[in-house]
Amino acid sequence: MGPFNYKYNLKTMSYHVNEKGYYGEFGGAYIPEMLYPNVEELRQNYINIMQEEDFQQEFQKLLKDYVGRPSPLYFAKRLSDKYKTKIYLKREDLNHTGAHKVNNTIGQILMAKRLSKTRIIAETGAGQHGVATATVCALMGMKCIVYMGEIDIARQAPNVARMKMLGAEVIAATSGSKTLKDATNEAIRDWINNPVDTHYIIGSVVGPHPYPDMVARFQSVISEEIKKQLLEHEGTEHPNHVVACVGGGSNAAGAFYHFLDEEQVNLIAVEAAGHGVNSGESAATSVLGNEGIIHGSKTLLMQTKDGQITEPYSISAGLDYPGVGPLHAHLFKSERAEFIAITDNQAMEAGIELTQLEGIIPAIESAHAFAILKERKFKEDDIVIINLSGRGDKDLDTYIKHFNL
Amino acid sequence: MNRIAQKLEEDKKLKSIYFTAGYPNLNDTTTIIQELEKAGTDIIEIGLPFSDPLADGPTIQESSTQALKNGMTTELLFNQLANIRESVTIPLIIMGYFNPMLQYGVEDFCKKCASIGIDGLIIPDLPVDVYHEEYQAIFEKYGLINIFLITPQTSDERIQFIDSISNGFIYMVSSASVTGTQNAFGDAQIAYFKRIADLQLTTPQIVGFGISNTDTFNTATTYAKGAIIGSAFVKHIKTYDLIKIKDFFIFD
Repeated sequence: MGPFNYKYNLKTMSYHVNEKGYYGEFGGAYIPEMLYPNVEELRQNYINIMQEEDFQQEFQKLLKDYVGRPSPLYFAKRLSDKYKTKIYLKREDLNHTGAHKVNNTIGQILMAKRLSKTRIIAETGAGQHGVATATVCALMGMKCIVYMGEIDIARQAPNVARMKMLGAEVIAATSGSKTLKDATNEAIRDWINNPVDTHYIIGSVVGPHPYPDMVARFQSVISEEIKKQLLEHEGTEHPNHVVACVGGGSNAAGAFYHFLDEEQVNLIAVEAAGHGVNSGESAATSVLGNEGIIHGSKTLLMQTKDGQITEPYSISAGLDYPGVGPLHAHLFKSERAEFIAITDNQAMEAGIELTQLEGIIPAIESAHAFAILKERKFKEDDIVIINLSGRGDKDLDTYIKHFNL
Repeated sequence: MNRIAQKLEEDKKLKSIYFTAGYPNLNDTTTIIQELEKAGTDIIEIGLPFSDPLADGPTIQESSTQALKNGMTTELLFNQLANIRESVTIPLIIMGYFNPMLQYGVEDFCKKCASIGIDGLIIPDLPVDVYHEEYQAIFEKYGLINIFLITPQTSDERIQFIDSISNGFIYMVSSASVTGTQNAFGDAQIAYFKRIADLQLTTPQIVGFGISNTDTFNTATTYAKGAIIGSAFVKHIKTYDLIKIKDFFIFD
């Protein structure tokens, strides 16, 4: 069963997007008329294209031979012993380019080709999605433009160099706060200016419908594999808990996807508390945000009482987005998922702990998910799956500074 | 009768100006409106600044960022405009993004606009269908005209639908672009202006985006009822005293 073969009746699925692009009260497409034709073209075609036989074949083949899927589901024995529960790691860190991001960019580049687009744009924060996009553009020989906040360009030099090596043009977003949210604004403006030949590869389950659903479907390979692999390890498809970090929420969407309607599986979304939820420097959107519109989607976001979008903070560049995808807003509001906020320091400690117990250096984003092991009790025979969404190579500088290595 | 509808009946090409409230200085709002009316503006779009103006180019983005830094808020703008109808008679439209209106409360926002004497709203990121299904009744209750955008990529079918639910003018975006990015119109734009003119819509059209000099103004108004100038005017008041508003090219 491929990730797009599910013949779900969308009307009866409470946690999936409805025909109008909403998850409960969240989602939709709040976009200027200038973007309507692009988004509408995608909306009308994405499901059909994903369900085409040759699309699936090409997608599955690239996931296997190029990305290196399936990624292992690894029983972390020493970590399990320490926390007295059964912990499995979904090793998205072993994917080509080092994170789950590439699952989505492979899918979207194939989508762009089928829509006859010749030019790709993307936004990036830390540079992981930018690198994953530049990679698939190199693979397909497509022109690639990546928007990145001026401040992020300065603090993520190795990823900027990677994108350039891959042939992408990196354009600095110099407006507003000069970070991810502004890079996203610039990418959207580029799409307004280039409505015919360009496809915008959004990196997370954010943006106007159909992006949140499309990206979640491309990432859903994560939970599809977890089910099969857990059956081999434990004789059941159903873990007790699935844990994932959430910035925009794409790795969590992928890890939760095939468990959304299986209520016996507890879902845990881990947000970045930065210096502390109430410190004024945080990215814990579900706690600090309220309903509004960001980047074309009605969702939870951090904003002033006047509706101006505020700047989040986290030590991890992949989690400091002021909004959260509409699926996650719905999971929060409906209490389908548990939301826990983890500070910079807790995440860094958890990163070192995983490194020393299991020999795996996690991305700081993913380290947030591991930090809940100290925060929340699990039963001894619970099966806890933690989505290890990316590897920590990109974060060595931050680890070095934080621990004076 | 709504002042916008009345203005559209005048037998002339309409000069419409956009400015960002709170820019260049926080309390310039009423002075700019009064000077614009004196200089001969037909309709004014008052920009409610937003942190993330997706449809705007650098000039209006920067003016919005500065206006917010200066301390502009929704409530303050309403306070500044509280007595505007004592001195100004031309149509006034508030142009802004949807999130600040949503946070204020859409009905409260409309009610406040009506009490001040605002005639209409332009909300680029409030889609036509959402407006039609969720908000049209509220806007109509307070006598506010909602102005929709069309672009060269908008299909004829969709334009007809927009025409059918419009009751002021249609904001015709001149090209596939954000605001303030061009200084001349090419063949593609002329063809688009003609195509729209040939549709014989019930609602008059006013062209915006890319109107930056006499040539572009004249070309646009050859086909449409009027033109809106935004970025070029924002640059003008950045450079010159508000007293020089009357020297802006459109008032020659």
